[in-house]
Amino acid sequence: MDPINKYLLQQTRRQFLGNSARGIGSMALASLLGTGQANAAAPDTWKGITNPTHGLPKAKRVIYLYMAGGPSHLETFDYKPELARLDGKPMPTSFTQGEQLAQLQGQALTCMGSQFEFGRHGQSGQEIASVLPHTASIADDICIIRSMRTDQINHDPAHTLMNTGTAISGRPSMGSWLLYGLGSECENLPGFVVLTSKGGRNPQPLASRQWHSGFLPSKFQGVPFQSIGDPVHYVSRPPGIDSAQQRKLVDAVQALNGIHNETVEEAEIATRISQYEMAFRMQTSVPDLVDISDEPKHILDMYGTEGADGSFAFNCLLARRMAERGTRFIQLYHRGWDHHNDLKSFMETCSRHVDQATAALVTDLKQRGMLEDTLIVWGGEFGRTPMIQGNKGGPGRDHHVNGFSIWMAGGGIKPGMTYGATDDLGYNAVENVVTVHDFHATMLHQLGIDHKKLTFRFQGRDFRLTDVHGNVVKDILV
Amino acid sequence: MNAVLYQVFPKVTGLFLLVAAAGVATAESMPERVEFNRHIRPILSNNCFFCHGPDSKTQEADLRLDQRIHAVAEHDGAAAIVPGNPDASALIQRILSEDPNSQMPPPESNRSLTAHEKALLQAWVAQGAEYQAHWAYIPPEYSPPTSIDSDWVVNPIDAYVLDNLTRQGLTPAEPADRVTLIRRLSFDLIGLPPTPAEVADFLNDTRDNAYERLVDRLLASPHFGERLAIYWLDLVRYADTVGYHGDQVRGAAPYRDYVIAAFNDNMPFDQFTREQLAGDLLESPTQEQRIATAYNRLNMVTREGGAQDKDYLIRYAADRTRTTASVWLGSSLGCAQCHDHKFDPFTLKDFYRFSAFFADINEKGVQNEGGNEGPFPPYLRFPTEEQAQQLAAIEADKARVNTQLAALAEGTPAPSGEGESSPPDPDELKKELRKLTQAQFRLDQNTFHVVVTETMEPQVTRVLPRGNWMDESGEIVGPAVPEFLGGLWMNGDRPTRLDLAAWITDPKNPLTARTFVNRLWKLYFGTGISKVLDDLGSQGEWPTHPELLDHLALEFMESGWDIKHVVKHLVMSNTYRQSSMASPTLKERDPYNRLLARQSRFRLEAELVRDNALRVSGLLSTAMGGPSAKPYQPAGYYRELNFPTREYEPDTGENLYRRGVYTHWQRTFLHPSLIAFDAPTREECTAERPISNSPLQALVLLNDPSFVEAARVFAQRLLEEGGTTDDERIDFAYREALSRAPLTSERKIMQSLVDSNRAHFADAPEDATAFVNVGDSPVPESFDTVQLAAWSAVTRALFNTHEMIYRY
Repeated sequence: MDPINKYLLQQTRRQFLGNSARGIGSMALASLLGTGQANAAAPDTWKGITNPTHGLPKAKRVIYLYMAGGPSHLETFDYKPELARLDGKPMPTSFTQGEQLAQLQGQALTCMGSQFEFGRHGQSGQEIASVLPHTASIADDICIIRSMRTDQINHDPAHTLMNTGTAISGRPSMGSWLLYGLGSECENLPGFVVLTSKGGRNPQPLASRQWHSGFLPSKFQGVPFQSIGDPVHYVSRPPGIDSAQQRKLVDAVQALNGIHNETVEEAEIATRISQYEMAFRMQTSVPDLVDISDEPKHILDMYGTEGADGSFAFNCLLARRMAERGTRFIQLYHRGWDHHNDLKSFMETCSRHVDQATAALVTDLKQRGMLEDTLIVWGGEFGRTPMIQGNKGGPGRDHHVNGFSIWMAGGGIKPGMTYGATDDLGYNAVENVVTVHDFHATMLHQLGIDHKKLTFRFQGRDFRLTDVHGNVVKDILV
Repeated sequence: MNAVLYQVFPKVTGLFLLVAAAGVATAESMPERVEFNRHIRPILSNNCFFCHGPDSKTQEADLRLDQRIHAVAEHDGAAAIVPGNPDASALIQRILSEDPNSQMPPPESNRSLTAHEKALLQAWVAQGAEYQAHWAYIPPEYSPPTSIDSDWVVNPIDAYVLDNLTRQGLTPAEPADRVTLIRRLSFDLIGLPPTPAEVADFLNDTRDNAYERLVDRLLASPHFGERLAIYWLDLVRYADTVGYHGDQVRGAAPYRDYVIAAFNDNMPFDQFTREQLAGDLLESPTQEQRIATAYNRLNMVTREGGAQDKDYLIRYAADRTRTTASVWLGSSLGCAQCHDHKFDPFTLKDFYRFSAFFADINEKGVQNEGGNEGPFPPYLRFPTEEQAQQLAAIEADKARVNTQLAALAEGTPAPSGEGESSPPDPDELKKELRKLTQAQFRLDQNTFHVVVTETMEPQVTRVLPRGNWMDESGEIVGPAVPEFLGGLWMNGDRPTRLDLAAWITDPKNPLTARTFVNRLWKLYFGTGISKVLDDLGSQGEWPTHPELLDHLALEFMESGWDIKHVVKHLVMSNTYRQSSMASPTLKERDPYNRLLARQSRFRLEAELVRDNALRVSGLLSTAMGGPSAKPYQPAGYYRELNFPTREYEPDTGENLYRRGVYTHWQRTFLHPSLIAFDAPTREECTAERPISNSPLQALVLLNDPSFVEAARVFAQRLLEEGGTTDDERIDFAYREALSRAPLTSERKIMQSLVDSNRAHFADAPEDATAFVNVGDSPVPESFDTVQLAAWSAVTRALFNTHEMIYRY
């Protein structure tokens, strides 16, 4: 008999005989003896620090459609007839006196009405701009929040605040908090995945900080999926090594580690063995995930993708496939929303990239019965000024933090609802203001987590995603 | 030089000596004498100080419990603490109360006390409720254990450790075997494995001082500085790029080389501190001292359009303040940016006064000159000969254009060029000047250079309420050190960064030496004596061996801040030399090895995982310093970067195989294999890297071309130098990679692996060819690719073992 298998078999017998003090995890060995069967149970899967959850979870997972750059609320979900009336007129100084601006700092400030018509959609009659026709078709499924506020006016810190709850680097991102809190339901794929696509205006640079685990162990960090090369870094075998050879190698490594453990009795070895199993399974499960040949044409058409092209539409389809496989937090970035100039045409471009696929994702999850336990979020890091920015080409808008819109759907959020309001010119959120911390608290709440109780001690302090802030927005919950 | 007076000794009254008794009380045992620092402060800090602590804005019910004078004072006829009388103490009544309206901590705070904590508080009040100054804020003192008489004690470290072990009824482990010892010491001191010859030399060295000779050899190795630099660079957040938004490159590598050289030359730590914080302020600073001041410029900076200068200048000042306090003082002063510290006596004003030390640093908040590819002045350049010529040419052209412009301004224009008579067009000249400046920027960015500190008229520093940079209502403050740590008085002059450095390294400063030796301890023993490496304050941990920590701090200072002396002191101890094996009973008794009845074990750091494989394969370059190196990296990894967009070009030749300490550190997209093994992005000070064990690590070791190539090149060595039989070659591989011979069972597994791979590749020679061609290092024609690919399975297996990446 081959010594590798012989060794593994002996070890397994020992486990069965209860002589396991020096043996390695029986589950790992059982899976090893299955020589590469991807269905073997994985040991040592992190089940979460919040287990059981603080409250009854409404959602099991999150798909976050992140529109990086800051989409204009005034051209999407926040209808402002008064702003249209003042189009071309000076912005009343009562709004802007003493306010921090970004690229408009020190310039004459002039109102600009929405570049698109708004209509009422669905039975709920939600107001949505004409540039998002597909989103309009799911008006009854989404809850629009028009009263968001952030306090970071430049992209980089604003992204960091939106993802980690603070503008200071080094804190865990929300997906990492969720994995730490809840663990993953998925043994063959990472529990927190990030996909990016671009198009529209000069793409936003993104930092891996946005999905980093900060001071949490790095196993909680988001794993970026690439549209070119290996979907996950280093998931492909070296050239000239087939699956059987790689399996043989991993078996040998596992056996060597098992033998070594008899000498050193090191608990980390059992973990390493199970991580090698997971790694090996990923080498099959990741290609399976991105191979969409089993998707019927009408589904591809619905999303508006023909296949692995790195588009937002394709990424939406992948997001659904990941959701089906149990990935906890899936974040899709579209990087084209920083519309300082030529806002109208860039909005049209961005809408072409994301609108149809977004609606398709919601509809597809709904028809599969998954919308109810999947929380979907659509939004950027801030909104855009009611004032025109005209110094870079055609009319655009500058960064704006005092009021902007996002929407949420599924996962126990009230559908067909508009919540909160900005003032008549869309400058300040004035009614039912929702801060970034409130938004985070609400998201955690839907997953069964009390945001005040999910903490991690670092530098002598108990840190939270919501720092010392945050209130759950109860009004939008089912 | 200004005359400077220091008063470092903390202004505390009722100073109590640390009680000599050390030891980790088992969780539930009630001590005979309850001590404030050891038992009570952690409970109060964790559960009460948030609302009843130093922050003057949140002292609920006007009660603060961090100072005895307030805690025992009567409010409305009752006192929180009545010494000697728990029943009369409101604090005790409230913590025992079951009424949610009066219970403390209140239920909605999500804080609660265990029964044991309540009992401790009761006993402490009954015993008189004596307070102690926080241990880390009073100067260290010697309190050597008495009555320790054992052959095991070779230096004072062992006496402290053994004293504690004895009291716990434990005994030290056996000494580690010599192979484990040389591997441990090599990884710890130089970050590389010993060669088989070095192992053999050590095993055969029968002299009494064989171990010390080994220690001395490793301390003298130039790799010592490289290894220790990894840790220092984490602390000071060294990276090659700016971190914000476009994450452009800005010169930093000469600073990294400065750090390595300083450790290798054993520069005293006080000098090392002074040069980094204030090298520019020394009299006639040397080039090296100016390079050292890059420390002040390593913070994240931005070029983002629309960012406001003042906003970012304040972010940078805050970053320097919290980083400097973390690096040197082990203090979370950063918590006082928006409010008084919740747990330690740092005030909001302390934060801004500390930040004022850096107000003279010449920099821009938003660097916008030169577009996305412009530099971040001021900086020092180290051009190659060719670059120097180009630079001289540009400068000559600029001088010519400037002369022409000046002449035009004075109305005496010279002809624009030879053979021309008409005066030059000023607009054209200005355009040319801009072009030349841009060309110079581009050249500078491609030149080996380093950002440095240059001084200027200090900016006004205000206390910013809630940290809001737009709020100009706060008081204007000058530089000062935190008030409760004493003062720093000048004769009317403004204190400088040089004065700050002197205060930090004043022997009376209670924090600096403790902070540094505690971190060294972590490097060689796995966990700090006080576990929270970046917070020795109230929320930090009561040290497991406070007297030992004090001993080391004093040893460090009294040796003249001699780093190698302290490192040698640590590794010469018998405590260090113990085996890391533990009985099941000991593991249960002391799972995290805080009592040190054995050595600890841990995974190698990210950089060392790769260094080790490269070294064993023979590929490792031992070149030191210079521009950062770019090993293989997955294609397209930088696609999320913009302003400007970038493509990663891996190096070629020897530079592909440089040590990890030289790897290009792109903050927003650090090399994925470094991330997988827990290297930090270095956007903030990192005193302790997490150690994880993940499937992504397995994928790196299995499939990253750096490791695949190293395994193949190792297999080449094995075929060339490892004898002729399979047995000899397997032996060779084990000796080179793991410094030992294989067990019979291991040999069988390796034999099976090579057999099956030989058979496989014999049938698929094209696969063998594809495999052996991974990486830039060519395969000499003399090799049979089938053999080479088959033996690479053995070397890959070794590179993937737990033993390969672990330090025992």
